[in-house]
Amino acid sequence: MPIRSPRLFLAVLALLAVASILLATMVGSTVTGPGAWLGAVANPDSHAGEVLWRLRLPRALAAFVVGGLLSLSGCLMQVLLRNPLADPYILGVSGGAAFFTLAGMGLGVAAAWWPPLALAGALVSIIIVFGLARGSGPWSGTRLLLTGVVTASGWGALITLLLAQSDDSSLRGMLFWLMGDLGYARLPGWAVVVLALSLLLALGYARGLNVLAMGETTAKLLGESTRRLLWGIYFVASVLTAAAVSIAGSIGFVGLIVPHLARLLVGADHRVLVPAATLFGGSFLVLSDTLARTVIAPRQLPVGVVTALLGVPLFLLLLNRARVRGGAR
Amino acid sequence: MNGLSTTGLDVAIGDRVITRSMDLVVEPGAFWGLLGANGAGKTTLLRHLAGLLTPESGTVQLDGRNLPNWPRRRLARHLGMMQQHADYVFDASVLEVALTGRHPYLGPWQRENAQDRALALQALETVDLAAFAQRRVTSLSGGEARRLAFAALQVQDPDVFLLDEPTNHLDFRHQVSVMRAVGDRVYGNGRLAVAALHDVNLAATYCSHVLLLFGDGEWRAGTAPELLNTENLERLYQCPVTAVDTPDGRRFHPAFSRLAS
Repeated sequence: MPIRSPRLFLAVLALLAVASILLATMVGSTVTGPGAWLGAVANPDSHAGEVLWRLRLPRALAAFVVGGLLSLSGCLMQVLLRNPLADPYILGVSGGAAFFTLAGMGLGVAAAWWPPLALAGALVSIIIVFGLARGSGPWSGTRLLLTGVVTASGWGALITLLLAQSDDSSLRGMLFWLMGDLGYARLPGWAVVVLALSLLLALGYARGLNVLAMGETTAKLLGESTRRLLWGIYFVASVLTAAAVSIAGSIGFVGLIVPHLARLLVGADHRVLVPAATLFGGSFLVLSDTLARTVIAPRQLPVGVVTALLGVPLFLLLLNRARVRGGAR
Repeated sequence: MNGLSTTGLDVAIGDRVITRSMDLVVEPGAFWGLLGANGAGKTTLLRHLAGLLTPESGTVQLDGRNLPNWPRRRLARHLGMMQQHADYVFDASVLEVALTGRHPYLGPWQRENAQDRALALQALETVDLAAFAQRRVTSLSGGEARRLAFAALQVQDPDVFLLDEPTNHLDFRHQVSVMRAVGDRVYGNGRLAVAALHDVNLAATYCSHVLLLFGDGEWRAGTAPELLNTENLERLYQCPVTAVDTPDGRRFHPAFSRLAS
């Protein structure tokens, strides 16, 4: 049942976001306990301070932004395809990114170049799908979906080929990247700008998203230039995904679960849903990543494993619930 | 507003011709019933009148201006259409869907104000859905969903009402109330309506004019009393029709008795 006061709920989500980031800076193997944490906060130059300010905080912020990027992208993809089960990777953006990055890894390209490689691969995939799906007739969500899904499986085949050809030493890094890993993630400023601008755009068009969710014809009859709006959504959602994947690899399930869960909590109005999903997705990934690096410490799990392990049962539960409720789709 | 008109309109679905060179003038104050057999092209014609499709040849004008030349948002303030099916994928509330009728009047960052909400609630009241304002749309029955779609169209408040089987799925009471609500807005209010209908008697009762689509490109337009007769209806539906004179006027029904012979 949707929340009564959306404003209050958004405030709670914002608090949750801050709390999750604070928690992420407190938990870990070296600096533990409130005393040590306060000391580290106060003395950025001490060893503990270095751990906190140079490692944990940037990683937590990166996690938050990636979670926000994926969740916002998921929200938009679900409207674009009019399917509450669509996710940011469904149209092959992450496949392109993964193929380029893994190819770079296999060729021994330095880690600093992986994010730009991922971004390049994602953009190539976005343009391929756009070019093939555009066609000349009216907008067809099915054609876009099929083009995207088939492109994604094409990338999947290429990725498997790469993995099969790689030597054991680079395989581990590749698998971590494929699962999605924040271990080396740094937060680039441009990703924050991408997230902020997209969020602003999505909020401005939130009512348009609401009518578009009711079908392209309905939206057109209510005065939307749907063709432009739909391709606009495609590009914004794809660039959001590209940004997220280039930072942390293809972390699964966040972009699927979070918008869905947010919709259950706040309802289908995108003026509330968009900020709620973004905040919630950020917090969710920060907490997942904190789990990923502490649950079998000192070893770390790729965060994608944690989000999937949390996400799969949660998702099945939601799906089951939707069926029980008599949802036609 | 000078009404809706077509000039030399050729409409086809693939090889099948729906209308051939149709010149039609729908004036303000007229309520047109659009009649034809299943698959005769009623929905397609309505979609052309709404500017959703591009005709083979010919034009559709609103207020003397070709539809493609209308900015979509401005058009939506003057012309609205109730589609045959409402397909809700996401769980919006009934009130939220009714409020979408205000969409063409609001800018990107603008929210609906108290007046918009009052309008929406009032429209829900007229279709007996006010008590359902907070219900999820996916939980509505077929008839309730139709009434909600009509309420949203009332909130949109266009000059031109295009209605694709507005009474489909509705019980007697709500069939009458929807047709009356359209009639109230058309007669004496300077608006106009075109409604695709399967119920000839609703057309005979509430419509001032009818447009008959014979399914082979041929069409006839005129006043309802002039065109609604057994001869035309038998040709239209390819089925024997019986006329009955009642205190409310002439009524038509398929000739059930002849099926036995």
